[in-house]
Amino acid sequence: MTPELLEAGSEARSRALTRIATAGEPIFNQGVALYVEDLKVAFDGFQALGGLSFTVGVGELRCVIGPNGAGKTTTMDCITGKTRPDSGRIYFGSNLDLRQMSEQQIARAGIGRKFQKPTVFEALTVAENLELALAGDRRASFAMRARLNGEQRDRLDELLKTVHLAEERERVAGLLSHGQKQWLEIGMLLAQDPKLLLLDEPVAGMTDEETERTAELFLSLEGKHSLVVVEHDMSFVATLASTHRTVTVLHEGQTLAEGTMAAVQADEKVIEVYLGR
Amino acid sequence: MKKALLVAIAVLLLLVPLLHFAFPPGHPLHLSEFYVGLLGKFLCFAICALALDLIWGFGGILSLGHGLFFALGGYGMGMYLMRQIGRDGQYQAELPDFMVFLNWKSLPWHWALSDSLVGQIFLALAVPGLLAAVFGWFAFRSRIQGVYFSIITQALTVAAMLLFFRNETGFGGNNGFTDFKRIAGLAITSPGMKVGLCMASGVALIACYLIARWLTNSRWGRILQAIRDAEGRVRFLGYDPVAFKLSAYVISALMCALAGILYVPQVGIINPSEMSPAASIEMAIWAAVGGRGTLLGPVLGAFFVNGTKSVFTVWWPEGWLYVLGALFIAVTLFLPTGLVGLARRFKK
Amino acid sequence: MLRALGAARVSLAWIFMIKRLLLGWLLALGAVSAWALSPELASRIAAGEGDDRVAALQQALAAGDESLGPFLRALQDGRVRVKGGQALVIAEGVMAPADAEEPMLNNRMRREIEAALAGLDLLSKDRATRAKALATLRDAADASKLALFEKALAAESDGELRSQLNSLVAGAKLSSADPGQRRAAAAELAGSADPATRALLLEKLGAETDPGAKVAMQRTVDNIGARLAWGERAQLLFSGLSLGSVLLLVALGLAITYGLMGVINMAHGELLMVGAYATYCVQQGFRAWAPGAFDYYLWVALPASFLAAALVGAAMERTVIRWLYGRPLETLLATWGISLVLMQAVRTLFGAQNVAVENPSWLSGGWALLPNFTLPYNRLAILAFAALVLVGMALLLAKTRLGLMVRGVTQNRRMAACVGVNTARVDTLAFALGSGIAGLAGCALSQIGNVGPDLGQSYIVDAFMVVVLGGVGQLAGTVYAGLGLGVLSKLLEGWQGAVLAKIALLMLLVLVIQKKPQGLFALKGRAVE
Repeated sequence: MTPELLEAGSEARSRALTRIATAGEPIFNQGVALYVEDLKVAFDGFQALGGLSFTVGVGELRCVIGPNGAGKTTTMDCITGKTRPDSGRIYFGSNLDLRQMSEQQIARAGIGRKFQKPTVFEALTVAENLELALAGDRRASFAMRARLNGEQRDRLDELLKTVHLAEERERVAGLLSHGQKQWLEIGMLLAQDPKLLLLDEPVAGMTDEETERTAELFLSLEGKHSLVVVEHDMSFVATLASTHRTVTVLHEGQTLAEGTMAAVQADEKVIEVYLGR
Repeated sequence: MKKALLVAIAVLLLLVPLLHFAFPPGHPLHLSEFYVGLLGKFLCFAICALALDLIWGFGGILSLGHGLFFALGGYGMGMYLMRQIGRDGQYQAELPDFMVFLNWKSLPWHWALSDSLVGQIFLALAVPGLLAAVFGWFAFRSRIQGVYFSIITQALTVAAMLLFFRNETGFGGNNGFTDFKRIAGLAITSPGMKVGLCMASGVALIACYLIARWLTNSRWGRILQAIRDAEGRVRFLGYDPVAFKLSAYVISALMCALAGILYVPQVGIINPSEMSPAASIEMAIWAAVGGRGTLLGPVLGAFFVNGTKSVFTVWWPEGWLYVLGALFIAVTLFLPTGLVGLARRFKK
Repeated sequence: MLRALGAARVSLAWIFMIKRLLLGWLLALGAVSAWALSPELASRIAAGEGDDRVAALQQALAAGDESLGPFLRALQDGRVRVKGGQALVIAEGVMAPADAEEPMLNNRMRREIEAALAGLDLLSKDRATRAKALATLRDAADASKLALFEKALAAESDGELRSQLNSLVAGAKLSSADPGQRRAAAAELAGSADPATRALLLEKLGAETDPGAKVAMQRTVDNIGARLAWGERAQLLFSGLSLGSVLLLVALGLAITYGLMGVINMAHGELLMVGAYATYCVQQGFRAWAPGAFDYYLWVALPASFLAAALVGAAMERTVIRWLYGRPLETLLATWGISLVLMQAVRTLFGAQNVAVENPSWLSGGWALLPNFTLPYNRLAILAFAALVLVGMALLLAKTRLGLMVRGVTQNRRMAACVGVNTARVDTLAFALGSGIAGLAGCALSQIGNVGPDLGQSYIVDAFMVVVLGGVGQLAGTVYAGLGLGVLSKLLEGWQGAVLAKIALLMLLVLVIQKKPQGLFALKGRAVE
């Protein structure tokens, strides 16, 4: 009886806090950007996540690796509100319970996601794509009479330079190359100015040069933003994680190992999973 | 091209009173009342096509129930016109003929404003607008997409049609409203009336077009298109698609209602068959034939399809449905970008 | 006018008088019956006014004149003339005298004559005639006929007809002038389970003034009502199931094309129509070339409607739909266009009116379990047929190679193509299968309703409702939704009338889709955008 009461009590408290907080911002006083505890998700009997836990610090650049089916995309779905977990806790900052928020609210709170497949708006131009992503009033009524002010125009130019698409600004996004679309989507993510960036296989299909530039970009964001990068490309991960950043290894819906790149690569369990039994 | 077409429409409109009044009947340049009326009808249809382009061409929402809003607008105006018949009806009574026939002693509550032109026009816009808002809110909130949405809009319009067929609903049953005599004191058959209504329809079309163009060129319009192409992504950007879809839906419903208000006095009759599923589906084909997402395309499409219909119903009435059916098939298979798309390809 | 032709008529009148006498004499010779009906009564019946006329008729009836029958029949046929206060019966082929008036028969008189003839038939030697007479008299049981009924009852030997006569007697007693008799009659009827008796009692109750009789009647009404309630409930349930089985048949084909293949086919209703018209053609064929075997035409019509609809469906798929896979909205519009063409084609070929499709004799009639609960054979057959088709389809999809290929192609087209499945052919076959089932449904519909170019239109909305409600991807959902909608529809109809029931169901559909956008029984899974 009592554990249930405690559980119910804490649920209620978190709901109340979130209600106050959804109008506001995440609080990072504890140095924690993202807190995931014991996340469980099952689809029709298949256990996608079986009690996943990890923590991302404020300003940290975390890499997440793992074989297919490990639950990487499902984790991202839960964080951004696309999938409701069956149990477990997800906190953004120390106050926002992401389980109580809708996708729009989570986005507005400062979590941005880049999908595996580039999902830019093919019918709009590059500049228009970025304009939509720019932080600002999200209401429909505002959008009818919205115009870009000077500051926003400057930001747009800056972003276009950052993602190397300044010459393509009036080109319809559907006509960009695959790599350019990936860049545009990263640009849109940056335009949102999120506090936490979730990047799902950001360099898939990119050339080596583009991959290098992407790594540079992410490293430059570290500190001001928190990043979680999910990738298969080991050299990219190695570049990002270098010698001191944490890498999390997922397997069958749980954390298998966590540590620096070297430590993880030497881990017995990781070797077993990647090289087979 | 768009400016040129707008100017062309405006010029055409000015020509109408000129050709009708300046030349006597029988003169080759005379625009007879019949053609004035036909033009007015087509202009109303064009407004509906425009409305459908807004939600379908730009919003990706295929509503197959917009005929309902058109009809509700028409009924709203019709109520005023029925009251304006006054004592000149068949029964020479205070109440409209069909109420006398049903042995009703007084006006039902929903006819309370029917004596006032402004009041009825307000109702004729407010009721479909409200219905669209409520229905759209429920539908979009539960994320009903694509084909399912189209089917439930069909269900809605069928339900409404059945309701209006009943005499007890107080809208004239399956005969509807007809036999109008006056608007605001002026006789409906007076020479200027048809021309006036036609011009009013033209003005309404131009106004709706300008509003639609302003909306689609704004950020709202771009977000709407983004929702059409990748709704989930838009949600991740922090926008609430429901608000955008709902506003598009209600605005397009209001446009259709306006078209209905102007349509009924020109055609002289309104009955529940305007709410039939077939009527709404035909609106979709006007937009598709013209070219979705271009605003002017659907206007052209409405004129083209209805013009063809008028021709066929004179030459070969049984053949019209074959032609219409073939049009549906041809446009979806071969002309996905419509006539406007075809013209653009020729230009290149 | 009569006066103007006066003198010339007299001679004619003589001729006709002689003819009448001769006729009567001939009849007497023929020993069919003596002309025992008194001329006075006859003329009152023919030429009288209002109540006196009816009273004269009752008098003649009570007297039991055997010649009353032919006289009344002559009156009905318009062969009676009144001249100078005399009623004349004109024999067939003879011209009536010009100054003889034709008696006027208003509705009341006609009814009385019919009832009187039926009353006479009660005493006929032929059982069928008696049964028919009883049926006619059921609505005309009043006190004046009591003597007649009791006379018939005394002579009746058939058990079933006796019980019917008993209720007629009771009904007549209920109209008696004596309240005591009425009370007794009401109590006597308490054991009945006949809805007609209950209706009669309710009618009498309304006009009843004696409190004792009122109480007795009310008690009897309640008794009968309780006994009838079960019958009514059963009938309602059966109607619901029957409608549900029809909806199921109609929606089954759609469940394949939409549920499995994702194709929105707005012309599905027209495929129903094709099946129904194929049945009509087969029926006409049998009428023209094998009228003796007409009862077997359904056995030919079933495969014919399946094939016809399947062929039309295959043609649709090959020419239009295959180019639109993955574009459901365009498919919707294109198939709507096809439906317009199909409807107009049928109008051109067969005309715009409904055509008549008859049930073969073994499907006509029904199985009367209770007085107010009948199971029509055609609807029973359709219930069984729907179940058969459902089982057949489930087996086909689950057990046969074709079914396997269809499932494979719809779940993962690329992989299926990789393992060598001709996906194009499978698509066409699957679509043809769904269309063929629609054709079978059309054949079934032809047996219970009208067949016209608009047949499809009235069912398409219902069919989509079933598929949308039941959920995509599995047949079970369609079954539950179809049967459920059928029963619900009938229940609502009984409560509020057909139109409001339809509206309520449509609103229900809208609301259910809110909560469960994928349908009530949809397969769950990771939502892939």
